[in-house]
Amino acid sequence: MFDYTFQWRTALRALPDMLEGAVVTFETAALSMIFGVLIALALLAMRETPNLATRAVAGTWVSIARNTPALFQIYIVYFGLGAIGLHVSSWAALLAGITFNNAGYLAENFRGGLKAIPDTQVRAARSLGMSSFQAYRLVVVPQLLRIVFYPITNQMVWAVLMTSLGVIVGLNNDLTGVTQDYNVRTFRTFELFALAAVIYYLIAKLIVAIARLLAWRLFRY
Amino acid sequence: MIEIEKVHKSFKDLEVIKGVDLTVQKGEVVSIVGGSGSGKSTLLMCINGLENIQSGSIRVDGTEVHAKGTDINKLRQKIGIVFQQWNAFPHLNVLENVMLAPRKVLGKSRAEAEELAVKQLTHVGLADKLKVFPGKLSGGQQQRMAIARALAMSPDYMLFDEATSALDPQLVGEVLDTMRLLAEDGMTMILVTHEIPFARDVSDRVAFFREGLVHEIGPPDQVIDNPQKPETAAFLKSVV
Repeated sequence: MFDYTFQWRTALRALPDMLEGAVVTFETAALSMIFGVLIALALLAMRETPNLATRAVAGTWVSIARNTPALFQIYIVYFGLGAIGLHVSSWAALLAGITFNNAGYLAENFRGGLKAIPDTQVRAARSLGMSSFQAYRLVVVPQLLRIVFYPITNQMVWAVLMTSLGVIVGLNNDLTGVTQDYNVRTFRTFELFALAAVIYYLIAKLIVAIARLLAWRLFRY
Repeated sequence: MIEIEKVHKSFKDLEVIKGVDLTVQKGEVVSIVGGSGSGKSTLLMCINGLENIQSGSIRVDGTEVHAKGTDINKLRQKIGIVFQQWNAFPHLNVLENVMLAPRKVLGKSRAEAEELAVKQLTHVGLADKLKVFPGKLSGGQQQRMAIARALAMSPDYMLFDEATSALDPQLVGEVLDTMRLLAEDGMTMILVTHEIPFARDVSDRVAFFREGLVHEIGPPDQVIDNPQKPETAAFLKSVV
């Protein structure tokens, strides 16, 4: 019944190309995180303004990003924008889709983090003569950074894994894309994807390890 | 000099201060006592502009605290405040907690700020805790650090908002001793407190707050030892 013969050699021959794909994967995820954090901060600010329309836009963004599949989000960017005449590359669609997702999740994390810092901290800072901006920069943000550090790390790992969805919009130079190319040519599906999974796993573990090291350097209290 | 005139303060529909008049001279120590909800803590927050007021006026050295053109950050530099919940900055060690405002607000160099901070921390008995983070300190130590942090700005006035209320009983003494030293140094102080014996000891005047008003005010040997009004006497009886 089970007469599949493993041929790891095929997978190993694909390894150099897959590693190159892994670099694309990592870069895409890292970029999507940088944009994601920036947009999340903007969303956070937007949700605190009195302007109803601004709040609605930010609220809708967060809501959709968190409550629909990432696959759908990437699809919409690629085919949805294509349908209205805006053609973007597979990679750009993937990056935009993941960024959209990251920003939504991170905005919510940031909001929770901000709530965890008591108002009295700002009060104490202001009582010492700090401006509102100084109080945030010197007292709130450093504390917020620690609270959101692990959620950001999580999201980064999640972003790496989400890049594998690029294959559905035709991306062929990331780790999954490269693996799929070899798969179509050699049909060594199990070996190739097992190897890809190991690489994803190692990237994720590496991110967590680096984060730990950073946290240890950064947070002394 | 702090001049408080006909101040009214409400939170939404709830009026907590209903026309308070109080003048505190330079070098004077004034204690405010009274039941909870009588508006005494709120008044302190109004004095350094952490809370706004609905009407009346508060002037510190002639500067209107709540006027539009007032540089409130500048004004706050000369009004130190110590909170009931000491509000240490948890991400900074003791020394950095005290150095932060002198450096960032007064623009002092690191060396200057450090010298200043060490001096203040030595004064409150924390010279051996400079590199410790607040999370590792007792409540009394954190509160003394908060006092040093306020003093590092070289304020002309110090406000104490129930500075010992959140402390374990055995830690109250060390904070009161620190405050006593400050009073003896001639600092102008307004203390909201429940420590009646302490208030009697250090104060030049004691004000009894009741329902958002100064109900009775005078030297401690009058207000505490020989209250003129029955409500004052009743309150004192209830806290001792």
